[in-house]
Amino acid sequence: MKEMGNGGRADVNLVVSGAAGQGIKTVEKLLGKLLGRTGRFVFSTKEYMSRVRGGSNSTDLRVSAEAVDCPVERVDLLLALDGPAIGHMERRITEETLVVASPGDLEDRVGIRARKAPVDLEGLAEEAGRKVYSNTVAAGVAAGVLGLPLEECLPVLEGFFGDPDSEDVKGNTKAFKAGFEKGGDLDAGLEIEPGEAAGMLLMSGGDAVGMGALAGGVRFICSYPMSPSTAVLVFLARHARRFGIVVEQAEDEISAVNMGLGAWYTGARAMVTTSGGGLSLMAEGVSLCGMLETPMVFHVAQRPGPATGLPTRTGQEDLELVLHAGHGEFPRIVLAPGTLEQAFALTARAFMLAEKHQVPVFLLTDQNLMDTFYQVRELPLDDVDTTRFLAEAGEDYRRYSLDEGPPSPMAVPGSGTGLVCLDSDEHDEEGHITEDLDLRVRMVDKRLGKMEGIAEDVLEPELCGEGSIIVVSWGSTRNACLEAAALTGRDDLAVLHVCQPYPLSRKVGEILEGADAVITVEGNATGQFGRLLRDLTGITPDAEILRYDGLPFRADTLAEQLSSQLEGI
Amino acid sequence: MTMAYRHGTEGLDMAWCPGCGNFGIRNALLKALEDLEIPAEELVVVSGIGQAAKMPHYIKCSCFNGLHGRALPPATAIAVCNRDLTVIAEGGDGDMYGEGGNHFIHCVRRNPDITHLVHDNMVYGLTKGQASPTSMIGFETPVQPEGVILRPFDPVAVAVALDASFVARSFAGDPDHLSGIIVEAVKHRGYALVDILQPCVSFNRVNDYDWFRENSFEVGDDHDPTNREAAFSLAVGSEKLALGVIYRNEDRKTFEEQQPVWEEDGTPLFRRGPDLEELRRLAGEYEV
Repeated sequence: MKEMGNGGRADVNLVVSGAAGQGIKTVEKLLGKLLGRTGRFVFSTKEYMSRVRGGSNSTDLRVSAEAVDCPVERVDLLLALDGPAIGHMERRITEETLVVASPGDLEDRVGIRARKAPVDLEGLAEEAGRKVYSNTVAAGVAAGVLGLPLEECLPVLEGFFGDPDSEDVKGNTKAFKAGFEKGGDLDAGLEIEPGEAAGMLLMSGGDAVGMGALAGGVRFICSYPMSPSTAVLVFLARHARRFGIVVEQAEDEISAVNMGLGAWYTGARAMVTTSGGGLSLMAEGVSLCGMLETPMVFHVAQRPGPATGLPTRTGQEDLELVLHAGHGEFPRIVLAPGTLEQAFALTARAFMLAEKHQVPVFLLTDQNLMDTFYQVRELPLDDVDTTRFLAEAGEDYRRYSLDEGPPSPMAVPGSGTGLVCLDSDEHDEEGHITEDLDLRVRMVDKRLGKMEGIAEDVLEPELCGEGSIIVVSWGSTRNACLEAAALTGRDDLAVLHVCQPYPLSRKVGEILEGADAVITVEGNATGQFGRLLRDLTGITPDAEILRYDGLPFRADTLAEQLSSQLEGI
Repeated sequence: MTMAYRHGTEGLDMAWCPGCGNFGIRNALLKALEDLEIPAEELVVVSGIGQAAKMPHYIKCSCFNGLHGRALPPATAIAVCNRDLTVIAEGGDGDMYGEGGNHFIHCVRRNPDITHLVHDNMVYGLTKGQASPTSMIGFETPVQPEGVILRPFDPVAVAVALDASFVARSFAGDPDHLSGIIVEAVKHRGYALVDILQPCVSFNRVNDYDWFRENSFEVGDDHDPTNREAAFSLAVGSEKLALGVIYRNEDRKTFEEQQPVWEEDGTPLFRRGPDLEELRRLAGEYEV
């Protein structure tokens, strides 16, 4: 743990754990508001089981006076809402961890090495009116331990729980105050001073992708619910009326992708949101997208597979899936955001790229990014490219004209007197079936020829640091890699983050050519990005750090892994 | 406006066998489109794969000839994104009731304003003679050499059971009847199924023109198509196949009518851009 100059903590990682249905999410949301409103920075992430009630889930809230944007393994404060939560968190509890739990639950865990702080959460909740306020008591304890000013907390509570005169607000406020007092009395030494976080936007990866879609002009989303991608469907459903979007829950992913293509055939910008299993079902539709040259945005939020895998957990196992999904040969684009700002900007960009180049664009995220919350100063709205790339269907319009492009100008039906014909068979310039094999070759060349234009729009990687040993990160591992590299204290390290895995910027190869060593960091077991690197640049990573237990990379443990890898280099 | 639908077959390299029931369906469709006075550029025919699904290549229209079994999802999306377009989904029994069976069920539930024309020849033509979902029990094929053992799928009964807003059946051998039914189906506000009995002269020697004539009957004036129970009885209780409008429910709202995007604005969605100012306000709501 880093010490601040003023003797206070640089950051505190608190974890709320309990069963599904105990209100952990409420604690997360309430503490997020309280911390933000009082000027603290907060990062939160959750791990949860694929069930509706029971089990043990946990949410990490990392609090600091400085910006925080990734998780750590270390637990400074554990708020255990039930007994099993202590067992669930045992692997992460150390002698330094302050465990707040009911006296009975703590007694059952006599062997545990920790600073124990018995607080009767349920008893205090009952005193405040109802047992269900236990989670609010816990939030109060956290606020007390972190040293938040009570007078700044109370107005937030009123806003959070609704009507100030309602029994719920009164009860919850009482419960919070009781917890707050206990938390302060613990004298835990975990106070966090306020920083410059006031006025920032606190949002999740799901929110950022949703707002990116709005910026990209989405008018149609059709999907079948699948964790962890559903947040985007829910977001757009919530704002469908306000922003004029058709939102449809399809009978299956096959329908979803085919509807999406139908929508974009009419010129309505469309997307689907799914996870690896859903994309497997959509694979034929991906191929159709390639053949019709009808644009489409595929948001793929990864989770560990194969098959059903770990439905609610994280991984980066589907890079090769999105690179290869769909039979036949056709161009595609893969984007993988590393931050919330990138999640917003790249989602908006996905719509522009899809329409400009008439190809499938995959936005590859994961549960780690979807379920992460932290503050951003602002969304880069002014940088959104809102250009449209639609032509008008004139009298002699030919959808697959060989005279222009590639791509051939895309018009939509009803935009003029011409006809707009698409065909999944190999087709002639008008869009009708053909088995003219010479024409077939020209059509293939025209479709693949779009890669040239796509290459001109490729996003460059981000290089942080000047060291000659380069840690390569792609997608959501960016922030953990950056902090981990800093934590190693070595100035011979640099981090290269790739937010567009395909096609890959030439810069990636150029930068890595000059490196003394290359270490890839990936959330999978086989090093998929490492293989892509080798394939596209000829560079073979010197070492790989792979995580595939369903949890995200955490800065402190990743730093240890980096340090041990560096010993061998 | 291009009202002149391609009538002759000159210049068309058609993949249908001489005598195929598809020719009668094409003639009936062309006549219906002329009667309806729909400009070609406002018509979108959506199809999948199979001989029937080649129809949009043989008439003048915009078309989305997509994947096998998947005509209904894009047809639904096209209808809901641009209400100025007339949308027809067309294909065969294997395409629409087999590969696309799930979409058929849910499309009836959604009730988009589209017309669904199914060429039902009780056999697979393009793959050369295997059983289709509507093949009769005992029908012998190279894949079912001892005869089909599965009960045939009854699209009309299923559609009535799902309270489809328009359900009809007609016969490729009677283009006048068929074109009249297509006109009614296209005019109908909401999803309209027309199951079209179609002889396959190459792969179905059982259900030929004569068989269909002998095993079908036109529903009389005494049938009330708004009576769902009567429609269901007609679908499942007749020894012969009923031809005509079997069922209609004018009370159902369409998929499009229930979309907030169409409440105050009739502009097709492709002409609407992003509202970045409103988005800026939304982002502001995330300030803690």
